[in-house]
Amino acid sequence: MINFKKKQGNTNPTISTASLPDIVFMLLFFFMVVTKMRDTDLMVGVNTPQASELTKLEKKSLVNFIFIGRPTAKFRDVYGTKPRIQLGDKFSNPDDIPLFLEKHRVTVPEGFKDRIITSLKVDGEVTMGIVSDVKTSLRKAGQIKINYSAKKRDRTK
Amino acid sequence: MAKKSSRNRMSNEINAGSMADIAFLLLIFFLVTTVIAEDKGVLVKLPPWSDEPPQELTINTRNVYSVLVNAQNQLLVRNEPMEINKLKENTILFITNPQKRADLSEDPTKALVSLKNDRGTEYKTYLAVYNELKAAYNEIWEDEAARRFSRPYEELSKTQKDEISSAYPLVISEAEPTKFGEEN
Repeated sequence: MINFKKKQGNTNPTISTASLPDIVFMLLFFFMVVTKMRDTDLMVGVNTPQASELTKLEKKSLVNFIFIGRPTAKFRDVYGTKPRIQLGDKFSNPDDIPLFLEKHRVTVPEGFKDRIITSLKVDGEVTMGIVSDVKTSLRKAGQIKINYSAKKRDRTK
Repeated sequence: MAKKSSRNRMSNEINAGSMADIAFLLLIFFLVTTVIAEDKGVLVKLPPWSDEPPQELTINTRNVYSVLVNAQNQLLVRNEPMEINKLKENTILFITNPQKRADLSEDPTKALVSLKNDRGTEYKTYLAVYNELKAAYNEIWEDEAARRFSRPYEELSKTQKDEISSAYPLVISEAEPTKFGEEN
């Protein structure tokens, strides 16, 4: 009895939780580092219009993006305010699209190449001229699956 | 002496047990509030490019639903001006033709939607028009799914979907845009 009592008094039964925050912060930092926000910085202003008949883009690796819009304030002095095409991280013209598509195509595994979708992120205020040029270029390059990026809205009654 | 003993009695460590709770709270807060930007859009299949001139097709004009969008973002549907909010309803009427009118499509399988725009048309308007045309077909398919299988279109099997889309095939033909109103 005496022995037992003594033992209980001496040992500390609680587990130290002081290292738990470290573990949680480690997790937090891991996710913060790993999470990819956006691969490309936008150099053109893109405010996509609204539409109701939307399809989700499932596999990110099978999608390449073409941005069309007016250059942002930072680039306005050099590139003017005319709508421009942005491929990757630089301003381009429709002739550069085949090479851009090919660069993406080689990163896609065999067997998935016919499921590549080009997402057109086009500003609503842009006129169709430049969009048509891009469409023609895409068709000539054999990329016929495209997705006009849009925001969700309800179907009109 | 008295001072020293009192310092000894106090714990030098700050209780870090609640730190974990705070960190978890932060983690969960960010997990919940972070919205992973979803990419959604109107899926379109472009016609493949061919260098040969397109073959001449003789299509009965009653089967063609021509939609023109000009550089002023106005709509001309079958040679008559129209508001965009009437377009979907009108397209459904044209495709299904429930009263078998002589000026609307003979049969849904023969119906063809032709879309033409100017280079000066705003992209916003173009997409809205395309969206309405697609919405018309989606609505027809949903009605048909409810009628034939009494289930929403989304829940149908592949063969059932094919059955409906072959009865009401989505054909939107796009002509080369005219050069009007291009900005410089």
